[in-house]
Amino acid sequence: MTTIRDTWLIFRRSMILTIRQPIWIFMGLMQPILYLVLFGPLLNGAVKAAGTTTNAFNWFVPGLLIQVAMFGASFVGFGLVAELRYGVVERMRVTPMSRMAMLLGRSLRDVVILEAQAALMIVLAIPFGLSIDAAGALVTLALVALIGLVMAPLSYTAGLILRSEDALAPLLQGVVMPLLLLSGILLPMSVAPDWLRFLSSLNPLTHAADASRALFNGQWGDPEIVIGVGVTGVLAIAAVWIASRAFSRANA
Amino acid sequence: MTRSTGVGGPMIETSDLRRTFKTRAGTTEAVRGVDLTVGAGEIFGFLGPNGAGKTTTLRMLATLLSLTAGEATVAGADLRRQPQLVRQRIGYVPQGGSTDPAETGRGELVLQGRLYGMDRAAAQARAREVLATLDLEVAADRPTGTYSGGMRRRLDVGLGIVHRPAVLFLDEPTTGLDPQARARMWDEIARLRDGGTTVFLTTHYLEEADALADRLAIIDHGLIVAEGTADELKRQVAGDVVTLGIDGDQELILATVRRQAFVREASTEDELIRLYVDQGDTAVPHLLRVLDAAGLRARTITLARPSLDDVFLRQTGRSLREEPAA
Repeated sequence: MTTIRDTWLIFRRSMILTIRQPIWIFMGLMQPILYLVLFGPLLNGAVKAAGTTTNAFNWFVPGLLIQVAMFGASFVGFGLVAELRYGVVERMRVTPMSRMAMLLGRSLRDVVILEAQAALMIVLAIPFGLSIDAAGALVTLALVALIGLVMAPLSYTAGLILRSEDALAPLLQGVVMPLLLLSGILLPMSVAPDWLRFLSSLNPLTHAADASRALFNGQWGDPEIVIGVGVTGVLAIAAVWIASRAFSRANA
Repeated sequence: MTRSTGVGGPMIETSDLRRTFKTRAGTTEAVRGVDLTVGAGEIFGFLGPNGAGKTTTLRMLATLLSLTAGEATVAGADLRRQPQLVRQRIGYVPQGGSTDPAETGRGELVLQGRLYGMDRAAAQARAREVLATLDLEVAADRPTGTYSGGMRRRLDVGLGIVHRPAVLFLDEPTTGLDPQARARMWDEIARLRDGGTTVFLTTHYLEEADALADRLAIIDHGLIVAEGTADELKRQVAGDVVTLGIDGDQELILATVRRQAFVREASTEDELIRLYVDQGDTAVPHLLRVLDAAGLRARTITLARPSLDDVFLRQTGRSLREEPAA
């Protein structure tokens, strides 16, 4: 089927070009490492104060994985704006290639990079005292992929519509920061006032982070796992649909 | 479906092609009913000032913009109903480039071939062929970011012809190139035509249209104002062009020369008076006598065959040369 073939072709190209500019992968890795080293230790006290029984890293790292996935995938639109400027996107739109593949090829590249970052973070966090439920960690990696498939397509859609880094940056900041602050990733929402906790419960990212924590700690009976993975999956389908429409319509 | 891919038949046919854009300020009619016929195997030049609807028309024909109204057949496929078929049969070289600076020329060509459905071996073989044709072999494995402007432009054309399209659209193919690179690009385009490719190019260089195009059309304010071979269009501009530099009352001089039967048209432009006459060689001595008799003295006098610029001036009321390069 042409969509699968074309997706592979675009994935391969995007991956090769990304690896040729390793500075971006490096920057993407630095961020979680800084969080682990400079922020993680602060949490030991804070998490205990919130009355959570698990150790701080088992509470913090699963959420951090979700945060890094969301951040990393949110900013891929910048790369597309550059490709639009080079004329690469237009050149591809004149070929009979699958429009869906233009999106999926790039998004899968983003997912692979997110998975590499997530795996590295898990390994680096073990010396800090992270304990892992292996099956749970694997499902969490799948959840990370779903987060990528929500944020990357939406970021591409914004890039296709705005076509400028200057317009894209404030939009992304305006969306990503509130999502992060309301997700209970940095500090537990159990210490929040009711209104903040209510807002947080409306944030899909909160449920993804809760699911990730339950998975890491092997609490398979926790309903947050089904809610977090389910909500993220539905959003991913919606995001891919929206973005593939944007790719086939762009400028028409 | 008509498959008019035979030599001589129309390769592009449009009827009442229209495109309007909605902006905050209201609706802009960029293309207001364009009828064009481009024959197979010809180089068709599309001329017009900036904002005349050139690129909009081109982008519609290349499936990048939807039509607001009208019909078109491109390479034997219906533009509205069979855009995928059109895409398979056309190549398009956009104005602003089409390559990623981090990718190599060969990498771009192989990918392009594969996006048109070739398998890997076929795409690699075709990439080698295109690189050789366009003399890019030495730079084939360097990132395109290191290419000169002329090389990058040739690679853009290469990407447009990887799949041997029946029709190649070129949007301002030589804008920004130095004269040497431009001459070279003209050779490549002529060679493509000689190989049977129909070439549709927009340009705002009159020399380019004159040197390259078998036929051309001039678009202004979204409408075709002239269409034909360069010679036909020049013939429509009466005979020859005499330009007079005269001191004195311009209106008086205009009135005097307009009374002469051999003067078809006269107009002033800056300090000069431009006359369109039937036969320049006999008109000039005649003109001098008339001016003498009226007590007027010509400071300078030049006689020229009409150029495409004269055609353009006559059709649009503007000189294309005054337009700054976009």
